[in-house]
Amino acid sequence: MTDQQNTSSAPDFLVHDDSDSVGVVVVEDSTAGKTLTGWVMESDATITIEAIDDIPLGHKIALNDLASGDHVIKYGFAIGRTTAPIAKGAHLHVHNTKTEKW
Amino acid sequence: MNKLQQIFGYKRENGRIGIRNHVIILPLDDLSNAASEAVANNIKGTLALPHHYGRLQFGEDLELHFRTLIGTGSNPNVAACVVIGIEPGWTKRVVDGIASTGKPVTGFAIEQNGDIATIAAASRVAKEYLHWASELQREPCGMEDLWISHKCGESDTTSGIGANPTVGNLIDKLDPLGVTNCFGETSELTGAETLCQDRASTPEIGEKFYATWKAYMDDVIEPHKTNDLSESQPTKGNIAGGLTTIEEKALGNLQKIGKHTSYIDVLKPAEMPTSGRGLYFMDTSSAAAECVTLQAAAGFVVHVFPTGQGNIIGHPIEPVIKLTANPRTVRTMGEHVDLDVSGILRRELTLDEAGDLLIDMTIRTCNGRLTAAEALGHREFVMTKLYRSA
Repeated sequence: MTDQQNTSSAPDFLVHDDSDSVGVVVVEDSTAGKTLTGWVMESDATITIEAIDDIPLGHKIALNDLASGDHVIKYGFAIGRTTAPIAKGAHLHVHNTKTEKW
Repeated sequence: MNKLQQIFGYKRENGRIGIRNHVIILPLDDLSNAASEAVANNIKGTLALPHHYGRLQFGEDLELHFRTLIGTGSNPNVAACVVIGIEPGWTKRVVDGIASTGKPVTGFAIEQNGDIATIAAASRVAKEYLHWASELQREPCGMEDLWISHKCGESDTTSGIGANPTVGNLIDKLDPLGVTNCFGETSELTGAETLCQDRASTPEIGEKFYATWKAYMDDVIEPHKTNDLSESQPTKGNIAGGLTTIEEKALGNLQKIGKHTSYIDVLKPAEMPTSGRGLYFMDTSSAAAECVTLQAAAGFVVHVFPTGQGNIIGHPIEPVIKLTANPRTVRTMGEHVDLDVSGILRRELTLDEAGDLLIDMTIRTCNGRLTAAEALGHREFVMTKLYRSA
């Protein structure tokens, strides 16, 4: 992951908060092997990451390696726990993450 | 913020401002739907509001039924109202409740009259109301006369990024102008409940919110919960759109109340705000039609509805404005979208600009622009029921 100046071009994924462990893919052509550009909204930073899965529009990409049972952080808050190890660049969703509420 | 356009509305007898001018035919109960729809069919331009309940309800559930019907008839978007019930007692209770606003209202009971005589008599009154209402004129109104409700639906991750913060931007800009706003969705704040508690104007109001949320968790969720709430919270559509857990959905939902506006009170379902101008939380279901029906019954005249995957809800008397930040939803079902804010995702549109566009669309809607849901005939009127009838 590399930080660089805000380029203002259309990003492939967005990250709400600097401390988030996931980003949201906002394009419809995010396929495995592609290097994606992300915009961190809180700090206005631009980051890049290689997708290792196909990730649909609106779905999440892991920004770093997560162990099974780790909290997933979005908006700076825990949104649930992983149920399997998730590698950086992988698709993170209901198949590997679960709510702590019900 | 750009200079705001003047709002023109219908000044009602109790001083409230409506943005639509409906003559409605309101059934007390399920049995009276057929007669109500017959009257609306006879008298073109009137609107029947059929629903499923009103028989053998009791206690708080019955109080909510009356509050919803009386509140709907009393809404400033209604010029005049015909009430039809199976028997005269409860019919009169609804009529008296609506009449206290000063609005023209007449009730009819079917027992010992039959449908046909009832329809004939009610149609004659509805026709007179329609003639009268059709000559009412819009007048200039202040922003402080405006009551706006908010609820999101079929949300996805683009809701939390774009559409919901756009609504939040509107609330942050209009709250200081004296607009009365309302949000709800008790279950859908789960995971953000303490953040929401902290947004109350006083610790007491925050505790009132938390007690309301906790009561729903204890009384409804805990006894009945299933794994992931049976794909209902998040919904199948939420999950398809990328939302994984209720916590993620709740944090996105809360973006709707903006960055710094505090709510000043907590309302029961369909309860009219009485604590002055400001933002209110209402205890509601997170199902779109149930929530909007309760907010309309509390007196809100225009609804702002951000969606991700494309919820298509409307309401018979409270216009529902749809906005989305999801470019695929704009492409695949654009006929349901009043405002496209997908430029936020491409960094072509700032939240500040999107908020101004939403304020403009809201004022245009108040001044008569029909929403997508109105044009497409969406008139979802869904009563909230608290428990089984006797």
